[in-house]
Amino acid sequence: MTATPPTVGTIVRQELVPGARHWSVELRRAYGLRLTDVEGGANCAALFYNAHQHLERYNMADTLKAQHTAYLTRGHCLYSDMGRILVSITADSCGWHDAFCGVGNASLVAAQYGESHYQQARNACHRNGRDSLLVELGKWGMGLPDLVANVNFFSKAAVDTTGALHFVAAHSAPGSQVELRAEMDTLVVLDTCPHPLDPASRWQPKPVQVDIVYLGAAGEDDQCRLSRAENGRGFANTARYHCQHDHAGH
Amino acid sequence: MTIVVSTLDATSAVFSCDVLAGEPWLYRLAAGQTLRILDLEGNQAVDTLFFNADDPSERYSAQDTIRAQGNLYLGAGTALVSNEGRVMLTITADTCGRHDTLGGACAAESNQVRYALDKWPMHSCRDSFLLACARSHGLLTKRDLPANINFFMNVPVTAEGRLSFEDGISDAGKYVEMQAAMPVLVLVSNCPQLNNPCNAYSPTPVRMIVWD
Repeated sequence: MTATPPTVGTIVRQELVPGARHWSVELRRAYGLRLTDVEGGANCAALFYNAHQHLERYNMADTLKAQHTAYLTRGHCLYSDMGRILVSITADSCGWHDAFCGVGNASLVAAQYGESHYQQARNACHRNGRDSLLVELGKWGMGLPDLVANVNFFSKAAVDTTGALHFVAAHSAPGSQVELRAEMDTLVVLDTCPHPLDPASRWQPKPVQVDIVYLGAAGEDDQCRLSRAENGRGFANTARYHCQHDHAGH
Repeated sequence: MTIVVSTLDATSAVFSCDVLAGEPWLYRLAAGQTLRILDLEGNQAVDTLFFNADDPSERYSAQDTIRAQGNLYLGAGTALVSNEGRVMLTITADTCGRHDTLGGACAAESNQVRYALDKWPMHSCRDSFLLACARSHGLLTKRDLPANINFFMNVPVTAEGRLSFEDGISDAGKYVEMQAAMPVLVLVSNCPQLNNPCNAYSPTPVRMIVWD
């Protein structure tokens, strides 16, 4: 029943996710998710779950401490709470993706951008990251307990010596791209609402193009596997998991 | 870093107990009560989560707390914010100066990644959290465990975005105090980690003291 995989590099699906929308996909192992900030200044909040067991999920703390980093870029791996790698970052032209600022909520958006309801504004109404992720999680039978600390692709909040955060405007140029490769079958849930620390007063959420591309499994000389000893062990843990559970004959 | 000394007198406390290293502790704090966590012997990480006692789906949120105060570190004056955007507790006194909320809890699996694949049999905070969940008779499960606070732990982030686990800045007798703004369940794992300096390689007991 196993279909022949496509040629490496083949784009199998393309979507344009407009600003302030939510979206999700089950990304099969060895497939990539290529996110493009089409206009510049986008924010893409994302969460990651084991596609077969949603209780196993992206863990911000385990990801950051394993790699001694407070941000994410090429060569980094996104860990689950089970010591396995859900996705690795195989390409990145942006350089810094925020890992700890979370998402905005309805009252924050109303206070910053003003009220704009569907009744008047129709589909241009204001949306917020928290409600958007909850709706998308709801489609998969998940909810508030599953809403954990997310990644904000294309956004940066710099940290000074006192720990104070400074949002970096215009951090992501038009055409910025980050590519994630699934190391295990992974449910990706995302939204494109503005970053919660973006000080802009004008409501102007930016679209994100999503390409699903076949990348093939990580080789022995893979940059993410070799980027640090911790990631080598993370890949080893993930391989052990596939020996036990992989029915696809990898 | 701001040092704020408590005005509370231990003789007027309504509750006190010691939590040994490697043990979980689950306690219900009424709205208005103050909890002091006392680092008895110094440099002891205390992994901590908070839940709304009336509805545990509302819980401490590291990312909402960080966003709300625009700062990564917790200290005197920090409002500990929930996943509903509400203040659960406020840190009212602190003689340590800085506490971490990025490092999370140690676990068998993250110890494998961080140190060696054969480290999985070592005791961990996640095991203590899960034991407390099991004892809660369904009130809390693994799903309810987000990124926690590490009181007394020092995890500085540089301008370049590097995160490191440094020797503690706490010492014997240092403490942090927080007042509950709602009824909260306090879930603590007194950290058993032996692989890094977060407990000075020697986990020790902490004291919990509560005032009305």
